[in-house]
Amino acid sequence: MRIEIQNLEFSYPSGVEALRGLSFTIMPGEKLAIVGQNGAGKTTLVKHFNGLLKPTNGWVLVGDWDTREHTVAKLASRVGYVYQNPDEQLFSRTVEQEVAVGPKNLGYAQERVQALVADALALTHLVDQRQTNPYDLSPTWRKMVAMASIIAMDTPVIIFDEPTTGQDANSVARIGEIVDVLNRQGKTVITITHDIDFAADHFERLIAMGQGIVLLDSPMLEGIAQEKILAATYVDPPQITRLGMRLGLPKIVKDTQAFLDTYRRTLSEDPPPNRA
Amino acid sequence: MAVIEIRDLTYSYPLTEQPALKHLNLQVEKGEFVAIVGPNGAGKSTLCYTIAGFVPHFFRGELQGTVRVAGKDTQESSLNQWVLNVGLVFQNPFNQISGAKVTVYEELAFGLENLGVPREEMVPRLEEVMQLTDIEDLADRSPYALSGGQQQRVALASILVMQPQVLVLDEPTSQLDPIGTREVFQVIKNMSASGMTVVMAEHKVEWVAAFADRVVALSEGETLLMGTPGEVLTDPELPKHGVNVSRYTRVARAATAQGLWPQERPLPVTLDEALEGFSRESA
Repeated sequence: MRIEIQNLEFSYPSGVEALRGLSFTIMPGEKLAIVGQNGAGKTTLVKHFNGLLKPTNGWVLVGDWDTREHTVAKLASRVGYVYQNPDEQLFSRTVEQEVAVGPKNLGYAQERVQALVADALALTHLVDQRQTNPYDLSPTWRKMVAMASIIAMDTPVIIFDEPTTGQDANSVARIGEIVDVLNRQGKTVITITHDIDFAADHFERLIAMGQGIVLLDSPMLEGIAQEKILAATYVDPPQITRLGMRLGLPKIVKDTQAFLDTYRRTLSEDPPPNRA
Repeated sequence: MAVIEIRDLTYSYPLTEQPALKHLNLQVEKGEFVAIVGPNGAGKSTLCYTIAGFVPHFFRGELQGTVRVAGKDTQESSLNQWVLNVGLVFQNPFNQISGAKVTVYEELAFGLENLGVPREEMVPRLEEVMQLTDIEDLADRSPYALSGGQQQRVALASILVMQPQVLVLDEPTSQLDPIGTREVFQVIKNMSASGMTVVMAEHKVEWVAAFADRVVALSEGETLLMGTPGEVLTDPELPKHGVNVSRYTRVARAATAQGLWPQERPLPVTLDEALEGFSRESA
């Protein structure tokens, strides 16, 4: 499902101008990471995709729906939003009940609800916890419940707001796998994150926001090399990318293998071209 | 002088079968900055709660062994006395906000009011701490109408203003951007340099390596490793236990296997260490 953002502006009642004119399109099945400093407007932006916020000026189209003309409840069938803090969205007595709330509210038939809940629990490694009270789980696993409850709604677009916050290495890997699986199912996956390494590992398009505008919008590998633009919104390139750039490697790298291959090649250039 | 002294600590939360911490020993000197790393569920938060007195006073459960902070034994003290010496910054800042105050400024003053600190002392302390944590512009906002990053700074400020001898922080930068993270680490480092004893649970190992004096790695409630950041964070055991490893360490380890990083050279944790090892002169 396509999302089209046109001249989007938004001011909070306090007068704070959070979004100051954004225009871009997200194509069906994209993997988009949005980065930027605290207060850049990232969360404000994505809350327009599911109608939690309505534009002060401009508009957002989700598929053929103008978000100004549809309720949050209706938009929930198209855009799923996993909150940064899982405690803001969990209230049921068992994990299984919690995960079933969304698809039930969307009015899906009982068999479909059951199948969606089973798939979502399997994807988030929660099958053994289906009878557990979400609040008896650690924050790490509560986050997984929050994800499962949105995944089960089977929306064509799913947004993860800071999914890796406070997660350890194994959990970050699990979340990355969930992103990849959902995307392979054809869903648009959008994340807001401070974790640029996670973004570079699992997403293909990078948007950097700062002070309510888009500073950069490009394919991931090109975007992460824009050190100056990223620095303007307090983002560093991924760690391996930074190392490669500081060493003057001839190409942008973002993972260990690419780094070592490129590094080995530069070492074997003997003498270096500029001394020849 | 050891400000924190933990001897053979084993602790179980109520109604649980497995202890959250097992036979733990830790001594922290005055002004030392100790970081605790480990996977989720390793016991990092429980250790923070223990030093801060929430274990056992708030969570109850069964505590064996000795926990002494600032010369007092936790079993012989009340939480009311304990908080005079130790401040805890929660992992989720939302849980820390009192709910009793309508502005950030009042929220920050809440602890001092409860201690009966006179107004003329309170005001300069509030101003200093707001400047230190870069939240001066939030003074009149509601503590609940803030972003995660802003809330996290308010939570830190509300503890720093109490000027505890011991500062315990449970992942205090999880919601901050990289610049915010650097600022908070710097503030905490300065506190420790001025004599405050700091214990911090943290996943961001590159920052730990750059700022902490010592690192404790926990796994399943037990101490896996303890030592300098360079020793602990490059230990080959860490990944097997799900402890975060810096990408610089991982790339250098892979490079060693391919003859691109000298065997005898210690593995890097930070960018600067990696640059030094990979730059052509030393290769």
